[in-house]
Amino acid sequence: MDHRFENVAEVREKLESVDYLADDAIAGIVHLSDRLEKPILIEGPAGTGKTQLAKSVAEMTGAKLIRLQCYEGLDEAKALYEWNYKKQLLRIQADRGGDTDWSELEDDIFSEEFLLARPLLEAIRSEEPVVLLIDEVDRVEIETEALLLEILSEYQVSIPELGTVTANQIPLVFLTSNNTRELSEALKRRCLYLHLDYPDMEREKQIVMTRVPEITDHLANQVARVVRSVRQLELKKHPSVSETIDWARTLVMLGIDQIDAQTATDTVNILLKYRTDIDKAVKDMNANSDSYAG
Amino acid sequence: MTTDSNGTVVNSSTDATLSRTSGEQASADESSPLLDLLTGFIIELRNAGLPVSLTENLDAMHAVQHIPLEDRTALKYALAATLVKNNSHWKAFEIVFDVYFSLRGEEYALDSELADSPFDGDDEDEDGGADGGQGQGDKGQGGSNSGMSPEELAEMLYNALANGDSAMMRSMARESVRRYAGMEPGRPVGGTYYLYRTLRNLDLDGVLEKLMQQEQDSSEDTSQFEQRLQRDEYKDRIEALKKEIEAEIRRRLVADRGVEAMAKTLRKPLPEDVDFMHASREEMANLRKAIYPLTRKLAVRLARKRRRGRKGPLDFRHTIRSSLSYGGVPADPKFKNPRPKKPEIMVIADISGSVAAFARFTLHLVYALSSQFTQVRSFVFIDGLDEVTEYFEQTDDITEAIHRVNSEADVVWVDGHSDYGHALEVFWNAYGKDVGPKTSVLILGDARNNYHAPNSWIIKDIKERARNVFWLNPEPKSYWDTGDSIIGEYSQYCDGIFEVRNLRQLESFADNLA
Repeated sequence: MDHRFENVAEVREKLESVDYLADDAIAGIVHLSDRLEKPILIEGPAGTGKTQLAKSVAEMTGAKLIRLQCYEGLDEAKALYEWNYKKQLLRIQADRGGDTDWSELEDDIFSEEFLLARPLLEAIRSEEPVVLLIDEVDRVEIETEALLLEILSEYQVSIPELGTVTANQIPLVFLTSNNTRELSEALKRRCLYLHLDYPDMEREKQIVMTRVPEITDHLANQVARVVRSVRQLELKKHPSVSETIDWARTLVMLGIDQIDAQTATDTVNILLKYRTDIDKAVKDMNANSDSYAG
Repeated sequence: MTTDSNGTVVNSSTDATLSRTSGEQASADESSPLLDLLTGFIIELRNAGLPVSLTENLDAMHAVQHIPLEDRTALKYALAATLVKNNSHWKAFEIVFDVYFSLRGEEYALDSELADSPFDGDDEDEDGGADGGQGQGDKGQGGSNSGMSPEELAEMLYNALANGDSAMMRSMARESVRRYAGMEPGRPVGGTYYLYRTLRNLDLDGVLEKLMQQEQDSSEDTSQFEQRLQRDEYKDRIEALKKEIEAEIRRRLVADRGVEAMAKTLRKPLPEDVDFMHASREEMANLRKAIYPLTRKLAVRLARKRRRGRKGPLDFRHTIRSSLSYGGVPADPKFKNPRPKKPEIMVIADISGSVAAFARFTLHLVYALSSQFTQVRSFVFIDGLDEVTEYFEQTDDITEAIHRVNSEADVVWVDGHSDYGHALEVFWNAYGKDVGPKTSVLILGDARNNYHAPNSWIIKDIKERARNVFWLNPEPKSYWDTGDSIIGEYSQYCDGIFEVRNLRQLESFADNLA
């Protein structure tokens, strides 16, 4: 099978062309996933671009994005496939008094025509290239994870009445997790693992510049630096990348081109969402500048 | 090939080191020594406690075929993606990786003349001061930086930090290790000793102050806020420099002692296995970071368990209603969802010296989970006892509350040595009436009573009134009932005693609590 990317640098360039700034780890793992035909499991704090990575990869490869949002109570019927019960009933009713014999009818109502494909099956059967995103996989119960195993390792779905549906093309698969529980060994073993953490300062600045084009270089630099300092505090919830971007946007809209302690204090509620965190950050910003006043 | 002996691994890597003079790496270009190396690498990861399965091993072997081998970063991420499936293991992975691959790749190679003897050798003076360094620096090493005086070195280091020039910082790190660490071949001391010696000579705190002073002088108009940011920036650079120095020391040690021995020396317990009672300061900091995600996980798990535990009795109304869709046949019986009562928790914690860290973590965990309990009350003692519930209720910030517990709680009665008997007596007299049938009592401590009266009848009385009494002991089981430990005396009246020495054990206990 042809590979989608020639090398790591190509992945990185293409991702950049769709405004996703990848570092070595990200570009490397996307490249590897294509070569090894293995899904990528992405873990990390909220708002670091886990879901966005899948979207951007879909965009850059021109593939269709199929998304399965996980939640507690997700089952086979919602994730894989379901028989179209009503249509089957209609078919039987329509045949009443006809002369089709039972086994023929049975074969008929358990055919592809009566199958409702849910995201996973849809991704497998698709003719065009597909990126499959299984979002927040840690929300399903540990038993439900088993549903995913076959598709993740063999790229196939077994339907008892129909047989096995194998993939027309191997999709790129992304799983994201917010780490609210430990995923099973079986699932992890089948995936490549990527931990997406907050970006370092230089990269964060670049991200801000890409996402908020009107911002000046100086302001973006300041934003990134303030955020880095805030992240070093012991907080309940650290500012995410998306919050950084929101903050940068706000500053631009307010027409601020230089952050000082006052503006930072006034707008910090965009970065932080907990009262105690805000207090801590404000205290930190002001206390430190006082002690070096002389 | 996965079963190759470790002997090959050592050989291949030492070969690589020795053949450095030619500037070429023989081993990385051919595939089979690389596979040997990888096998050794994976065995070491397993030794370090990472659960690497056979499939993951094979994946790693496949993965390295798809990346350019001379690219060390790519190799690192490829291996990490296939072998490390838990972020808390990343650090352990990084150390092993550095040890195994630190001598590979052009820019990471030791200078050729250093390959023969990786150490300068003669740095014997324990003070190792700047004067001592001067003599060695001039000893005629061929390197570009060698002719400098310590002042020049300090100056260059200062400039490198001021400009954030990472290539310069790296070469400075190398130079200062070469000069100040005083590494001797075969000397059986750990890397921390050399790190300490190097850092002492560099006086990085002083450099930071100087940088800040410079910043203030050079630009009068920068706001204080700006300066504060700049300070963070410099701190960051200094941290990076320290990392470079550490890595450099590690590389030299590897060159001296060989990969295997070094990997063994550097092996550290994974964060979840770090012993509370013997954690270093750095490990403590890591533990603090690890506890927050842990509590989040536990809270989700406990809430889920409560919602969908066992089923309750038949819900008659609901069954009848749903039977209508089957023509009145109750084909689908419905059950009531039981709402199990949330327990009430009372924590009684010994916070004397040796077990303080353990008490802190457990209190942290219990309060982070407090939404899973109807009420949490906490008491701390050494030889006197004090209630500290209000410290936790007044603030959302558990860290701050624990800080207050340590500084404000009135826990010393006579001499500040643990006295379980007296502490229990105070508890029983003052708060015993609050213990009810819904209360779970957790006692945290090593039960080292300094030969005071145990008063174990109190535990018996508490147990009669409470739902259950658990004792968490941070000491290894083999130490129980030795010396002045009287855990056996108390344990006869408890519903369970648990050895809780690390996060893993704490997690599994908390899981069963609610």
